[in-house]
Amino acid sequence: MLALIPLFPLAGFVVNATLGRRLSKGVSGGLASLAMLASFGVSAVAVWQLAGMAPEARTVEQVLYTWIASGDLQIEAAFRLDQLSAVMILVVTGIGSLIHIYSTAYMHEETDGEFARYFSYLNLFAAFMLVLVLGASFPLMFVGWEGVGLCSYLLIGFWFRKRSASDAGKKAFIVNRVGDYAFILGMLSVFAQFGTLDFEAVAAAVAALPPEAGFGAISLAALLLFIGATGKSAQIPLYTWLPDAMEGPTPVSALIHAATMVTAGVYMIGRNAVLFSHAPDTMSIVAVIGAATALMAGTIGLVQNDIKRVLAYSTVSQLGYMFLAMGVGAFGAGIFHLYTHAFFKALLFLGSGAVIHALHGEQDLRNMGGLKKELPITYWTFLIGAVAIAGVPGLSGFFSKDEILFETFVEGHRVLWFVGMLTALLTATYMFRLVYLTFHGERRHDGPGGGHLHDAPPAMALVLIVLAVGSVAAGWIGIPHAVGGHNRLHTWLEPAFEAPGEREPEAGALATAGAQAGVEAEGAGAEAGEASHEALEVALMGVSSAVALSGIAFAWFVWIRRRQVADNMVRELPALHRLLLNKYYVDELYDAAIVQPIKVASEEGLWRWFDVRVIDGAVNGTGAVVDAGASLLRRLQTGSVRSYASSLLVGVLLILGYYLWR
Amino acid sequence: MPEALVFYAFAALAIGASLLVIGQRNPMYSVLLLIASFGALSGLYIQLDAPFVAVAQIIIYAGAIMVLFLFVVMLLNASREDGATWDRSHPIPSTRLGKVGALLAALLVVQLGWALSQLGGRSVPVGSRVDGERLGSVLELGRVLFTRHTFAFEATSILILVAMVGAVVLARREGEA
Amino acid sequence: MIPLGHYLIVSAVLFAIGTTGVFLRRNLITILLSIEIMLNAVNLSFVAFGRAAGDMDGQIITFFVMTVAAAEAAVGLALIIALFRHRESLNPDAFTSLKW
Repeated sequence: MLALIPLFPLAGFVVNATLGRRLSKGVSGGLASLAMLASFGVSAVAVWQLAGMAPEARTVEQVLYTWIASGDLQIEAAFRLDQLSAVMILVVTGIGSLIHIYSTAYMHEETDGEFARYFSYLNLFAAFMLVLVLGASFPLMFVGWEGVGLCSYLLIGFWFRKRSASDAGKKAFIVNRVGDYAFILGMLSVFAQFGTLDFEAVAAAVAALPPEAGFGAISLAALLLFIGATGKSAQIPLYTWLPDAMEGPTPVSALIHAATMVTAGVYMIGRNAVLFSHAPDTMSIVAVIGAATALMAGTIGLVQNDIKRVLAYSTVSQLGYMFLAMGVGAFGAGIFHLYTHAFFKALLFLGSGAVIHALHGEQDLRNMGGLKKELPITYWTFLIGAVAIAGVPGLSGFFSKDEILFETFVEGHRVLWFVGMLTALLTATYMFRLVYLTFHGERRHDGPGGGHLHDAPPAMALVLIVLAVGSVAAGWIGIPHAVGGHNRLHTWLEPAFEAPGEREPEAGALATAGAQAGVEAEGAGAEAGEASHEALEVALMGVSSAVALSGIAFAWFVWIRRRQVADNMVRELPALHRLLLNKYYVDELYDAAIVQPIKVASEEGLWRWFDVRVIDGAVNGTGAVVDAGASLLRRLQTGSVRSYASSLLVGVLLILGYYLWR
Repeated sequence: MPEALVFYAFAALAIGASLLVIGQRNPMYSVLLLIASFGALSGLYIQLDAPFVAVAQIIIYAGAIMVLFLFVVMLLNASREDGATWDRSHPIPSTRLGKVGALLAALLVVQLGWALSQLGGRSVPVGSRVDGERLGSVLELGRVLFTRHTFAFEATSILILVAMVGAVVLARREGEA
Repeated sequence: MIPLGHYLIVSAVLFAIGTTGVFLRRNLITILLSIEIMLNAVNLSFVAFGRAAGDMDGQIITFFVMTVAAAEAAVGLALIIALFRHRESLNPDAFTSLKW
């Protein structure tokens, strides 16, 4: 049954790819969305069944066939559903379905053929993503990994006739490839050390070893895998493709570059939690890069003028948070943030899509403003998303981001915690800058067709509303004990991050013990420690709430109250502004340090010198040598019989002499 | 003793006639001198207990082949050598080629002589008729020829057929049937 | 008893004469005659060796050589006739068109 989950979207892809041109938009779009909804349905049923199983053995596996059987290398094509992938498939199919529905309205102006092509790619993407998430072994996950990379390329460059779009698609794919190379090396390293590529087997093998002291083979393998993750999930140093990826249609940005594909790296680390836990050095690297990326992207997002670019950098920043969580060992927190982020980021992107749709293609913030009254649904849902991402208490983003920051603090990484707080401030600030510039203030645009704007059509509006509800409520399954919740998500996920042999029934027993209140002697001692723990958590929550609210207030002050402040800052710090606006010139740096040298080496070195001189030279040279040799030899053809006879005689003498000699 | 005398006589005749063959201007004389040389050789064959070969030499060589040569000489009216122009661009001049050839021939003789000196002085029991009756007789020749060398014999017949056809074709005038 | 070597010397000399004739003469027919001389010289060698070895093989070979010589002479003369018709010359130096 698990196989059905990716199979439905795959079938949708096949239909739309082959027959799409002849189908009407309603049929092709509806078919694609239906495939996703069917997949969501099956996922829900599967997760429901999973929930009915005992916590320590919550795994459902379906083996399709033996894929590779070559000596020591035995890989089966198998899907495995456990607590972690349960969360992932629900996110992918759920949010995926919503975005499919949204797309039927957003892409309506395309021709039938293009419309179908879009949906075929979108379905294919979903199929690959599900394979990635459900894969029971590294190779199968890698199939999905590569597949979503391909679909990302196809979808970013959907309007391929536009030069910038096709360039962005290529950039995404190539940068990803660098990461994939590291990923493959990581896979090989894992196989070399543990002789298997199945996740559960690897986890069991690693769990038998003590955590590494220093940087050893396990740390290397984990690091290589993490580099692959930086490519897919846009962290330093391989994040440069994500802002360019905004060339694709906005629903694509929402699905792939916010909710699902970019989270694949985070999922991968979560899937290999045991492996990473045994590599403390690598974990530190992960955390530092996550935090650094978060901060850096936040600063860049503060000054961008394209509505989607701001959101793109915001995505990079929030992904940084997720990696920070993974790096400090708070795997559950990272996945929690992944889950809530999917809701509000998708919402924000789709909201921006509605704005762009209403303004007939305008994406520059400087040409927006005053849309609050004219696009009410869009405004209110967008606002909810912004509030969620800023970390205002009560909404989903607050709980997930807070758990990350709390865990960071508790594990002793004070500096990283501070960076995280700083980034939270930036997040609130730039997010509300976006809101205020887009929706508030005077109208700075003419508006197409003489001024009257259309709010989101029904399909889009419905999705926006559903996502808004999610942005508010989705976090409630992760409310920590400190403020009276049960943090069900954490409890649910925890066994997935341990090796199969180590999952103890106690995790479930604690929950039931809490309900029974029977083990009070143990509980008393534990509670005393728990209490101070919880007090700390509440205190930190207070701090982050204050930070979020102050960020919002600051943004309001600068961009609503006294617009001059913003302009003054730009005028007084032009260099800083330019630095941020040009993304710290990282792209230019990569171009100069990597791209140009490769280009020069290829063109001058390999082409002009090696190919032309050496290879062509060898080939032509052979011809020249033969030619010279022939010119020399043809002088034997004298045409005179007598000279031929003399040659014969000479030969006879030589042979005779040779034999007589012997 | 007489055998030696006979041998030397015939040998001298053969060599002498051959020298004259290559020395003559008129090819007609060359042919006739060659017939003489063949006769001498035939004598040498008889001395070597090869009567059939000797007779065959006279019949085939002197009788058929040389007559053929004579016919051709007369047909082409090749009475004397005419000088054709030697190609100026040729790397070796004509006369030098001849001298080179003669030199090479001399070298050949030297080489063969040296080879002969390695022979070790075997003798040909010429003249002794110990097993002479059997050896060289037509009976013996026939027996060996038609048993051990049957295939070569038959193949030779085909060769002769080919030569016959070839000669007819080659010597035809253009346009003749 | 005549030593084998004597016969072989005669054969060698005849062969050399034939070779010289091929190079020295500028008449196609004479060249062909020289070739016949060479063949005969070889025949003599074979018969001499055969007699020295005491069996018939030498004479058998001679038999075949003679046959082949006859065939070769026939074809060669036909060729000479054809060539003569073409160039009206019997000088080998007149036929040098097959050169570089």
